[in-house]
Amino acid sequence: MNFFQILSEIEKTDPEVFERFDSRRRVFQHMTGFGKKMTAAALPLAMGAIFNKAYGQTSSAPSVNDVLNFALKLEYLEAYFYNLGLQGDGTIFTGAGSGNTAITPAQTAFRAGFSATNLSSLNKIRTDENNHVNFLRSALGTNAIAAPAVSDFDFTGGKGGAGGPFTGVFTNPALFLAVAQSLEDTGVRAYKGGAPYLASNKDVLTAALNIHSVEARHASRLRTMRRGGATNNQASATAGAGTSASPKSWITGQDGGGASPAQTAPIYAAGSAPAYTPAGITFPAEDNVTQGATDTKPGVNLQTALASFNFPASAFSEAFDEPLDVPTVSAIAKTFVKTGVTLFG
Amino acid sequence: MSNIKHNASDDAEFAKPLYTPIKRRSFFMYAGATAGATALLLSGCDDDNDGGNPIPGMVNVGAGSVGVLNYAYALEQLEAGFYTTLRSGAYYMGLAAGSAEKQIMDDLYYHEVIHREFFKAALGRDAATAKITDDLKPDFSGIDFGIRVSTAGAAKLGVLNAAKAFEDLGVSAYNGAARYLSADVAGLNYLVAAGKIVSVEARHAALIRDLISEGSFVDSDVVTTGTNGLEISKTPTEVATMANNFLMAGSKLNVSGLV
Repeated sequence: MNFFQILSEIEKTDPEVFERFDSRRRVFQHMTGFGKKMTAAALPLAMGAIFNKAYGQTSSAPSVNDVLNFALKLEYLEAYFYNLGLQGDGTIFTGAGSGNTAITPAQTAFRAGFSATNLSSLNKIRTDENNHVNFLRSALGTNAIAAPAVSDFDFTGGKGGAGGPFTGVFTNPALFLAVAQSLEDTGVRAYKGGAPYLASNKDVLTAALNIHSVEARHASRLRTMRRGGATNNQASATAGAGTSASPKSWITGQDGGGASPAQTAPIYAAGSAPAYTPAGITFPAEDNVTQGATDTKPGVNLQTALASFNFPASAFSEAFDEPLDVPTVSAIAKTFVKTGVTLFG
Repeated sequence: MSNIKHNASDDAEFAKPLYTPIKRRSFFMYAGATAGATALLLSGCDDDNDGGNPIPGMVNVGAGSVGVLNYAYALEQLEAGFYTTLRSGAYYMGLAAGSAEKQIMDDLYYHEVIHREFFKAALGRDAATAKITDDLKPDFSGIDFGIRVSTAGAAKLGVLNAAKAFEDLGVSAYNGAARYLSADVAGLNYLVAAGKIVSVEARHAALIRDLISEGSFVDSDVVTTGTNGLEISKTPTEVATMANNFLMAGSKLNVSGLV
């Protein structure tokens, strides 16, 4: 076959064919990822892939920037939450001495409700989340969304009105930990769900995974603090029941609906796969025990397959966290923004 | 590259236009098309079999998606072996029934054995002939299973020190290896599967660190706390260097295919 003849023919009807390739240079980078079997025999297939990339219909699958901007929204949600509770006016801090560091009297009183190690842990989490916002903004550059206003959010869950389910979130340490765990567990599922759409850019993928696992470390610590209590300096010495009120550091089943089941159950429940989801990828609830499906093979029910080990049933769900899709995460996140704010749709 | 047999005539046919004089064709045509041709040739140069350079006496995990799965399987074998071994050690045997630490050690044992069996099943199903041995031989001689946490300067690691090392290593390994999964749909599914496991490993790591030193769950040895707040992922080569300290001769990992 003559690759050049084909291009030449296309050029007659589409003079911009080469610009299409040039503007989509990633097409060619992407081709190397096709891996092992690429030989001359596979060339027709490869060329099909090139032209699909150059001419393919616009897919509704999120782009790398879409995923990063969605992650950025979630990081704002988290960072503003910790900032408002612990230190500053909510806005993102950009480094030592850069402002947003004043501690209000209300924050001072609130901080006193935590043990020293717990307060230190919360400050570490707060720092990480602010750093994540700054990192994602820098990775996105001019493609980053505008920073949402702190006033767009309502962490009482009241959507801007009175009587939200988390009223007192910045005065009641246990409630603060409950909301924090909910945000972090949501973040873990969200990053996991976004990863497939970053696979075309390996460096971005790695960076996102490096945020993902930090969110999981946060979630683990917050769960540890919740079962030990806000004033406990050795929370890790307290055993968890694997329930909503006394969670383990990992997710047991659906965790009884999470920290505040009436609001948080969706964080541990099943999502729903948007049409653009790659074949095989699903968004089951956290109590899922069937793992390893691909586009061509069904998953394996591990609880059944490994019955001979006589492990507790809970272990099979605990051993795997589950991803969540963008629409479901958005619906969860909307719990914490005011009515009329379109940040999460 | 070792055992690729290029078909000479295919190569000649394929390359021929590159040698013909440029006539009316635009520069862009060549710039774009040769980039494509180069990409195809480069990818064709990968080892078609298991990938990596075979090293006698080492376990070659291979390349691409199968290489990553084998790599994860090896690390999970190591972790599961550790949590299995500790159950007969004095530290674990002395844990009070119903204590937090007993519960945690039991859960970690369950989870890591399940992870190991998961990869064993996935590889057996999708790449049976390329699967590494199910019987990697660990070397835990550097761990004192009677000691909870070792004192500074001790010759051997305490159980929690070793657990911390394995869990942190696992997280950094998964994060650093995801980029070597192939870009096909199966590779995306493996990516999600690895993601389901790595966040559980991170939850483990955070709690083990807290057991050793409360509130050390995101310290600067594992997270870039001063800058971006990112996990410090490790390349397969970096991970293998550490993991091989806990594997017997003959079971040490060769990850040269994951580059």
